[in-house]
Amino acid sequence: MSDIITNILVCGIGGQGVMTAAEILSQTAIAKGFDVKKSEVAGMAQRGGVVTSHVRFGKKVWSPVITPGTADIVVGFELAEGSRWADMLRPGGVAMVNTIRLTPPVVSVGLFKYPEDPVAQMRAAGVTVYDFDAGAIARELGNLRLVNTIMLGAIADYLPFPATDLEEQIVGRFRAKKPAMVEVNQRAFALGREAARASQQSLAASA
Amino acid sequence: MSAAAVEAQAATRLLLSGNEAIARGVWEAGCKVACAYPGTPSTEILENVALYPDLYAEWSVNEKVSMEVAIGASMSGARSFCAMKHVGMNVASDAFMTLTLAGVVGGMVVAVADDVGLSSSQNEQDSRFWGRFAHVPVLEPADSQEAYEMTKVAFDLSERFNTPVILRLTTRICHVKGLVTVGERDAHPISGFKLDAKRWVLTPANAKFALPRQIAREDALRAEAEMSELNVVDAGSDKRVGFVTSGPAFMHVRESYPDAPVLKLGFTYPLPVEKIKAFRAQVDKLVVAEETEPLIENELKAAGLHDIHGKDILPRLGELSPAALMPAIAKLLGEEPPPPATYAKIDPFPRPPTMCPACPHMGVYYTLSRLRKRVQISGDIGCYTLGAGHPWNALDTTISMGASMGIALGMDKARSPETKDKAVISVIGDSTFLHMGMQGLLDIVYNRGNVTTLLLDNRSTGMTGGQNHAGTGKDLHGEDAPRVDFAKLCEALGVKPERIKKVDPYKLPVLFKAIKDEIDVHEPSVIITDRPCVLSEFYDGFKPYAVVDQDCNGCGNCLNVGCPAITVSRTGVRQRPGMPDVELKFTTIDTAMCTGCHMCVDSCGPKAIVPLAQLKEAAQ
Repeated sequence: MSDIITNILVCGIGGQGVMTAAEILSQTAIAKGFDVKKSEVAGMAQRGGVVTSHVRFGKKVWSPVITPGTADIVVGFELAEGSRWADMLRPGGVAMVNTIRLTPPVVSVGLFKYPEDPVAQMRAAGVTVYDFDAGAIARELGNLRLVNTIMLGAIADYLPFPATDLEEQIVGRFRAKKPAMVEVNQRAFALGREAARASQQSLAASA
Repeated sequence: MSAAAVEAQAATRLLLSGNEAIARGVWEAGCKVACAYPGTPSTEILENVALYPDLYAEWSVNEKVSMEVAIGASMSGARSFCAMKHVGMNVASDAFMTLTLAGVVGGMVVAVADDVGLSSSQNEQDSRFWGRFAHVPVLEPADSQEAYEMTKVAFDLSERFNTPVILRLTTRICHVKGLVTVGERDAHPISGFKLDAKRWVLTPANAKFALPRQIAREDALRAEAEMSELNVVDAGSDKRVGFVTSGPAFMHVRESYPDAPVLKLGFTYPLPVEKIKAFRAQVDKLVVAEETEPLIENELKAAGLHDIHGKDILPRLGELSPAALMPAIAKLLGEEPPPPATYAKIDPFPRPPTMCPACPHMGVYYTLSRLRKRVQISGDIGCYTLGAGHPWNALDTTISMGASMGIALGMDKARSPETKDKAVISVIGDSTFLHMGMQGLLDIVYNRGNVTTLLLDNRSTGMTGGQNHAGTGKDLHGEDAPRVDFAKLCEALGVKPERIKKVDPYKLPVLFKAIKDEIDVHEPSVIITDRPCVLSEFYDGFKPYAVVDQDCNGCGNCLNVGCPAITVSRTGVRQRPGMPDVELKFTTIDTAMCTGCHMCVDSCGPKAIVPLAQLKEAAQ
C-alpha cells in the first residue's frame, strides 16, 4: 500500500445525509484495508446549519482534519455549500456538486443573496467542478432519499478503489434490511456515475 | 449510537467515535455505575454506555449530581464513571474538590470534554487545570483507540493510587471516528460500603489528616508519570525541532512533521518534567504544542526549561491543526511559510442554525419581539438561545446553565432611571431549569424580585439531541419514570398559585396576553409553555398550511415568526401618495416542512394562511 492519503470532504446541510455518505465511504475504505479517520460535526450545526464531514484514509492516518488545499474530492450535497468548501481542494482535485439550491431564512427574507451561479464562481476560481441535479434523478426514481446513493455513485470513478466496492457497501446495507431497495439503489448509483461522467465530458468539450 | 460496538466480541476492529470507544472501555473495565448530564461534545458517551448490559446508567439532573452518584458508588466499592462537558465540570467541582481528599474505593473516572474551537459552547476553558487544582491525574487520549484504552488504564490508576482520575477529551476525540480493537469485560465485583467515618466524613479535623496524604499521593503519581508507557518518545530523524504534545495536537504534529522527534504525553498530569528535560537535550529547538492554555509550557519554564517555544509562536485559541502549526514552525526555522491554498475562498452567505418548523419556542420569541421596547430578556442555555438572532432579536444575555433567573434578579435590583419601567423577563427551558435554574427562581421569590419567568417546557433536552430528564417522564433507557410537575414545583418554591400560568405557545394571542398580564404585575410570576419539542417522541404533527397567494398582502409579518418553512416568494413596493414606500414580501409555505402548528396563522392579518387541504379543495 502506498503512503498516499485520500481526503474527501462531504458537505451539505443538516438532514441531507452527509454523515451517512461519509460513513459509507469510511466503511468501504476499511473493507479495503485502509486506516480511516472521519470527523463529525454535531451540536449547533444540526439545526439547519452547515454540516461537513472529513473522511481521510490511507496506510496510516494521523490528523482527523483535512488541511485546506489538500482535499481530493469535495462532495457538495447542496450548491452553495459545495462552493463554500471548494477552496479545500488540492490542485487537480474535483468538486462534485448537486445543483439543488436550499435557501436559508436569512436569504429568503433578503438579508443575504443566494449567488446567481456558484458553479461559475467556482470555475472562475479555477476549480474543476462537475455538477448535476441529483434531486431530479432521485425524483425520477421515485425516492428523494436516493440523493445520497446518487452522489456516492458520482464520485465512484475518482476513488482509489473500484466503484463496485463502494456500490456493494451501499447495497449490502439494504440487502439485509430492505431487499426491495437493492435494485433502485443500484440504479441510483449507476445514474449518479453517468451524470458525473456526462458533466465531465461536457466540461471537456467546452474547454 | 453503535449497537455493533455493544455486540462486538473481543479482538474485533470497529470504526468508533471517541465517545463510543470510551463507552466500550467503561463497560470492559467492569464499571457498575455510570452517569452524566448531556453536553456537547460528551453527550454520546452515556447514550452508548446505556446500551451495555450489567451496569447501571442514568441521566442525572446536573453534572454535580452525576459526580455525587459516581462518588457514592465508588465509596461502595463499585467502579464508577461520570462524563460531562468542560463547563459541566464547573458545576460538579464542589463535590470533586473534596472527593480528592477522601479518595476512592472502586475506581472512579471523570471524563471531561473540552470544546476546543467552540462548536457548541459558551467558552473554551481548559480542563487540564482541574488536575493541578484537585491534585489528581489527567490522561489525554489522542484518538478513539487511545480513548478506549486510557479509559481502562484510568480505572486501574484510580484504584492503585486511591484517587479519582480525569480523562480529558476534546471535540476532536469525542466526534472523530477511528478504528478501535476492542477487548473483554473484567468482572470487578462490588465490595460494598464499609463504615469509616474518619475517611468519609470530611469535617475539618478529618480533612486535616487527609491533606498530607493528598500531597504524598501527588508525589507518587509524579513518579508514575515519569515511568508511564502513556508518555512515549519517538526519536525522529530531523532534530531541528522537537515537539512535546498531547491529545489531538499530537495527531496534527505527526501529520505535519512525520520525521520530527516527538514526546507524546498521554499521562499529562503530574507532568513528567524529567522525561521532558531529557527529551529537550536531544533536539535543537523544543516546541510545546498544546491546545488552548500554555499549561505544560509554563510548568516547564517554572522547572527551569526556559529555552522552549509554545504560545509565543502558536495560537492561544482553537485547534492546533496543521494549518495552524505549519506557518508557525516554518517561521521558527526561518523557512518559507507553506504556500496558501490554491483556490480563492468563496463565501456565499451565512447559514446559521435555525429553529425547527413548528418549534414552540418560535411563538414565545415572536411574542417577545412584539413587546421588545417594554422588556429586558435574560436568557439561558439551550435551543432557545437562538432567540437572540434573526428575526426575533429577543434575548439579551446568556452566560451559563440556569443563570437566567439570578441575572434577571440582579437586573431587577439594579435599575437606572432609563430602565426602571422595563419589565425583566427570564427565559429558560425545562431541562436547564431542573439542572441549575430552580435555585434562581427561589432567590427571586425569597428576595421579592420583580421578574417574570418564561419556563419553556418542551419535554426534552433539545439542543444536545433530545435526551430525557426528570421532567419528561422517561429515563435514559426510554423507560417510564416519575415526571416532575413544573407548576407544583414553582408553587413549592413560593410563587403564588395565581402567578403561575400554563399556556399553549401555539396560541399567540393567548401567550401575548399572558406575558403582558404578568409583566404588569410587580411580583414573581412564571409562565409555563407546554408544547413538546417537534423532534421528540411526544410531538404529533398536524396538517400543513399554505398561503393563498391572492390574499397575501406582502406585510411579511409571518416571517417574524421565524419558521424556516415560510419563505419569500416575491417582493414588491407599496406606494401611497404622501406616504413613504413600503417594501412588500409575499410569502409561501413549504408544505413538506410544515407540520401545522398554526403559529403563522395567528400572525397573518389578511387571513391568507389556510389549511393546505382547503386550498386544494378550492382549486378543484
